[in-house]
Amino acid sequence: MTDANAPQLIGMAGDSLREAFGKALVSLADQYPDFVVLDADIAGGTGTHHFRKARPDRFYQCGIAEQNMMAMAGGMASTGMPVFVTTFAVFCLRALEQARLSIAYADRNVKIVASHPGLEVGPDGASAQCLEDLAAYRAVPGMTVVSPADPHEMALATEAVLRYNGPVYMRSGRSPAERIYDASHTFELGKAHILRSGNDVTLVACGSMVSRVLAAARTLAASGIQARVVNLATLKPVDREALVTCARETGCFVTAEDHNIHGGLGSVVAEVLAQHAPCPLEMVGVRDTFGESGEPDELRVKYGLTPEAVVAAANKVIARKREAAS
Amino acid sequence: MTKELEGLARKARIYALTMIYHAGSGHPGGALSAMDLLCHLYFREMDYDPADPGRPDRDRFILSKGHACAGQYAVGCLAGCLPLAELGGFRKLGRKLQGHPHVGATPFVETSTGSLGQGFSVAVGTALGLRHRKIEARTYAMIGDGEIQEGEIWEGAMFAAHHRLHRLCVVLDYNKLQSDDLNRNIMGVEPVANKFRAFGWRVEEIDGHQFDAIEGAFGGFNRETGRPTLILAHTTKGKGVHYMEDRPHWHGSVKMTEDNLRQALTDLNCNPETIGKCRDGTIWEESLD
Repeated sequence: MTDANAPQLIGMAGDSLREAFGKALVSLADQYPDFVVLDADIAGGTGTHHFRKARPDRFYQCGIAEQNMMAMAGGMASTGMPVFVTTFAVFCLRALEQARLSIAYADRNVKIVASHPGLEVGPDGASAQCLEDLAAYRAVPGMTVVSPADPHEMALATEAVLRYNGPVYMRSGRSPAERIYDASHTFELGKAHILRSGNDVTLVACGSMVSRVLAAARTLAASGIQARVVNLATLKPVDREALVTCARETGCFVTAEDHNIHGGLGSVVAEVLAQHAPCPLEMVGVRDTFGESGEPDELRVKYGLTPEAVVAAANKVIARKREAAS
Repeated sequence: MTKELEGLARKARIYALTMIYHAGSGHPGGALSAMDLLCHLYFREMDYDPADPGRPDRDRFILSKGHACAGQYAVGCLAGCLPLAELGGFRKLGRKLQGHPHVGATPFVETSTGSLGQGFSVAVGTALGLRHRKIEARTYAMIGDGEIQEGEIWEGAMFAAHHRLHRLCVVLDYNKLQSDDLNRNIMGVEPVANKFRAFGWRVEEIDGHQFDAIEGAFGGFNRETGRPTLILAHTTKGKGVHYMEDRPHWHGSVKMTEDNLRQALTDLNCNPETIGKCRDGTIWEESLD
């Protein structure tokens, strides 16, 4: 019997990455009996409410105190167990220094899983739309940085980071996400995944932008351009070999991310290309500005995170490649 | 008993000051104020095995006021956790004893500190983790008085009381001075005892240089069954060296000269020629008498 007046959690009905994460924790609990989960009063927002309900003895509520929670996670892990620490991506920025000293420098087995990344947060506005987390966490020595593309990959990545012994920062996502992978997909930490073959241009994306880049590739194909699509879910350590191979075989790149263009996925790819396989690159991302309230799709249009923006960038970068060759 | 600890604390002060002198930098004031408390912890209070620093059921100690680590290294050395030969490498390239404690470099250090407030939270998390894993070990931390200006301390204090972490004991080295000036001139911290009581902590207020009082305070902690304990230890910054006592600039911004060290060693009833026994960047050749 359902209570018509019961409050409905926003976004819970959808197929979001945060939901996939929370459910994955529950399904992993028996096989991995040691890990615990910490949350800072937003279990309903991070998806960990599923785990709280299923495993209350392994769930610790830390209150609205992210700095203490982050450093505490390092202390808990020091007693010999993996610790998932979960909050919104912006609050991971607040506790960045705790993650740096008490988790990364101390080399603790802590998995920081951040929901609400980027403009896909939507109506909550700029204060909650974190556009800086990938850049900040990528700069911390020893920190592995992951941003899965769809709910299935999120579940696989949750197990993969749990099996890896060391500090990890991983994005989930707030809004319903498009399904990209079927059950046959496997996830390997540190490996790029080629979703579509093509030799005219490489489109690299992470997180919610992977599905948009796939849509862009379909549009490009209609005009005779064969785009290779790469899901770079692990931003650090980066799969350099895969990117260099793509550079040799396609000769130009577009990156797409729900993040500031400074320091995130575009910068990861640019660093690899500049050092190992120089070729033209265009970046799709938020252009060094804050967001605002609005639905995720409206925001993507206004801030240029659409398949159309990727198509335009692809045409531009292919023209640059041809110009350089002529 | 007390006499033995006094002797160890004297040696530890000599070691720490000599290390800081040879390093060319460091934080003598807070190391000296904490030294008697550190000696009690390592020689009377904690259950640990210097030969097996990773023993899962060991008691943990976290120096949250990490800048005072010359004190922890000196006491740890006397307790057998660290070879004497390492002390000369304090703050030197490629050596173990980092300028602030680092778990990756020094075996008996439990976590990396040096950013105030974090060691306190790590201690809270360690106490929670031990309880979660049903390991009957205690967790100790030492914080500074200026450190409680960090908001993170109060986040952790609220958490520890809410979760009734009674196996957690935090020692506050209350020397009344911080980096630039007296606490009361920077940002007043009083009433410290009542603040922690209001947060749900057991508070033991003592003279942090009286070994009998220190022992009594830890006894109170060990009998506690419901609340975390704060030992509010009134201390003197620079304790034992007359020209350092209660002087803010000996927190860490002044370089010790050879004359400074000779004077300090004289205050500690030690032959000033002892400084020759620590050769720069190499080893400390022999124990002090």
